[in-house]
Amino acid sequence: MASQIGNLISPRLLRALLPPLSLAALLVTIFWLQPRTQSYFGLNLLLNLAIPIALATIAQMFILCVNELDLSIGAFVSLCACITATWLNDTPLLGVLALAGLVGVYALLGALIHLRNLPSIVVTLGMSFVWLGLAVLVLPTPGGAAPGWIRSLMTLKPPLVPFPIIAAVAIAGVVHVGLMRSAFGTVLRGAGGNPASLARAGWSILRIKMTMFALAGFFGALSGMALVGLTTSADANIALRYTLLSIAGVILGGGEFVGGRVSPIGAVIGAVTLALAGSFLSFLRLNPDWQIGAQGAILILVLALRVLISRGEARR
Amino acid sequence: MTITERAALLATAAALAFSAGTSAVADTSDKRIALSNNYAGNSWRQAMLRSWEKVTGQAVADGAVAAADAFTTAENQVTEQAAQIQNLILQGYDAIVLNAASPEGLNGAVKEACDAGVTVVSFDGIVTEPCAWRIAVDFQQMGKDEVLYLADRLDGGNLLEIRGLAGVFVDDEISAGIQEGVDETGKFEIVGSVHGNWAQDVAQKAVAGILPSLPDVAAVVTQGGDGYGAAQAFKAAGRDIPIIVMGNRHDELTWWKEQKDASGYETMSVSIAPGVSTLAFWVAQQILDGAEVPKDMTVPFLRIDQDNLEENLANTEEGGVANVEYTLEDAKAVIAEASGS
Repeated sequence: MASQIGNLISPRLLRALLPPLSLAALLVTIFWLQPRTQSYFGLNLLLNLAIPIALATIAQMFILCVNELDLSIGAFVSLCACITATWLNDTPLLGVLALAGLVGVYALLGALIHLRNLPSIVVTLGMSFVWLGLAVLVLPTPGGAAPGWIRSLMTLKPPLVPFPIIAAVAIAGVVHVGLMRSAFGTVLRGAGGNPASLARAGWSILRIKMTMFALAGFFGALSGMALVGLTTSADANIALRYTLLSIAGVILGGGEFVGGRVSPIGAVIGAVTLALAGSFLSFLRLNPDWQIGAQGAILILVLALRVLISRGEARR
Repeated sequence: MTITERAALLATAAALAFSAGTSAVADTSDKRIALSNNYAGNSWRQAMLRSWEKVTGQAVADGAVAAADAFTTAENQVTEQAAQIQNLILQGYDAIVLNAASPEGLNGAVKEACDAGVTVVSFDGIVTEPCAWRIAVDFQQMGKDEVLYLADRLDGGNLLEIRGLAGVFVDDEISAGIQEGVDETGKFEIVGSVHGNWAQDVAQKAVAGILPSLPDVAAVVTQGGDGYGAAQAFKAAGRDIPIIVMGNRHDELTWWKEQKDASGYETMSVSIAPGVSTLAFWVAQQILDGAEVPKDMTVPFLRIDQDNLEENLANTEEGGVANVEYTLEDAKAVIAEASGS
C-alpha cells in the first residue's frame, strides 16, 4: 500500500509530512474528546509544558546529529532549573556565569568524547549523576523562585495566538534556518553524516563536535529556564523524564540514530506530539497502569508508518 | 466471614450511608472533584486509592457530589503531574484533591488551577502555593511521640534509629522529632542510625549490617514499614529483641501479635492512615459548599497500642496498612480545630 501512495506522492515528502500529520490527528482527537481545549485558555494549558520539552528535544537533536546520544539531558535541565530558581534570581550575574559555565562544560564533554573516542552513552550517563549531585547541592530542598522576567515571559498572553504556539514556531524556525539553511549548519550536519570526508576537506571535527555539544548545552539551559518560568520553583528531580522524552521526540519528528539525519521542525513537532499524547490518554480516562504502554504504542505506530514509507522509498 | 464480622461490616456500612446521606448538601451535588495522585506503587498508596474509591463512591451515590474521579500519573515525576493538573483544569473539575510529587515544583500548575477558579486541596504530599489548602501531617510530632512512649516504658538506654529514604523531607521531619524527644527526655542515646527506605527487606539488611558494631540496644525507633525487617535482623543475629516501634503495616502487626501471645511483648505502632485522602475529599466538599476553611490543617495519626492491637490487625488486610476512613463529621472536626488554633 505504501508503494501505491509512494507512486502518487514522493516518499520523501510523505516522510516529511508524517510528523505534522500525526500531530494534527492527535490534536483533532483531543479537540473532539475535550471541546474546552479549543479555546485560547485551553490551548495555553494544553501546550505550555511542551515548550521546555521542545527545547530539550532540540538539545538532544544537536547531539544525535553528530552520531552521539545524550543520556544526561534530563538531569542537566534539572540543574539549570535549580540554578535559574536560585542564583539567577538572587544574583543574576552569578546565575548567568554559572549557566554559561555549564554550556562550556558541555563543549568540553564534546571534546573529551571526540579526542578519547569514548562512547557518549557512557560519558553522558556518568555526567547525569554529576548534574543531579550539583542540582542537589544548589537546591537541597525543593524551592527557589522564578526570576520575574522569565515568569512574565512564560505566562505572556499575546492577542489571538497563545504564547506556547508562538514559542514553538519561533524555536523551530530559528533552529531550522541556522542548521538546515546556513552554510555552517550544513557543515555541522555533515560531521554526523560523513565525518571522514569533512575532515579531509579541512574542517576540524573536534571544533564541530564542541560546537554541537555547546549548542545542546545552550538549549538545555533554555529548557531549564522555561520550565522554572512555568512551575515558579524548582526541584532537583524536576526534569529527569526529559532524557527519554527528548530522544523519543527527535525520532518521532523524523530524526534517525545515524548522524546527520535530523529535522528541527520535526523535533519540535515530535516533542509537542509526545506532550499531547499524555493529555490524550488522560482525557480518555485510561487506567494509569496502561498509560506508559499506550504512550509507547503511539510511538511504535508512528515509527511503523515511517518504516513502511522508507520501504517505498527504497523500492524506487 | 463470621457472622459477627458481617454484622460489624453492615453496621459500618449503615453508619457510612447515614452520615453521608444526611450530609448530601444540595449546593455541591453538581460539583465534580478529582484526585491527582503522583504514585501508586506501594501498599500505603494502594490503600489510599481504595479508601478514596469506597468513600467517594458512596458520596456520589448519595448525591453529595456529582463525580469524584481518581487520576494517578504513570510515572512519579513533577512534570507529569503538572501536566495532569492542567488537564484536570481543562476537564472542568470544580476541585482538585492533590497528593503532590513535590512541595514546590507544582506551584505553577496549582496557580493556574486557582486562577481558573478551581479549589485545590493538598494532603500528605502538600504544596506551598498560598492559594491551595494543605492537610499536613505533623511528622515531627510522630517521631517525638515514639520517644515519649519509650520514656514511659524504660529508664533509659541505647536507641537504634531506622530512617526512611534519604533526602525526602518526611525522613528529615521524623528524624528531627526523634532527636527532639531524645533531647527533651534526656535519658536515651542514639547509638546507631541506618536508612531502611521504609521497606522491610532494606531495613533488615541495613540493621543486620550495623548490629555487630552496636552495644546493647534497648529500643528501635522507626518510620514505618521497617519494624518487621529490624525484628528479623535482631533474631538472625541471636540478640534479644528490643522494643521495636512499629508502623501499622500488616506484617509488623502480625509479628507483634505473635510475640505478644508468646511472651507478652509490648510496643506501640504509629503511622498515617491512608484514608487521609477521604478527609481531603470532605474538606474539598466543604470548601465548595462555601464553608470557612483555614488554609492549613493537621491530620491526626493512627496509633495502635497493646490493648487495641487485635482489633486493628483484624481490620488490616494482608500486605496492607491499618486504615481509617474519614466522614464528613471528622472533616468538620478537623476544620473546627484548625480554625480554633
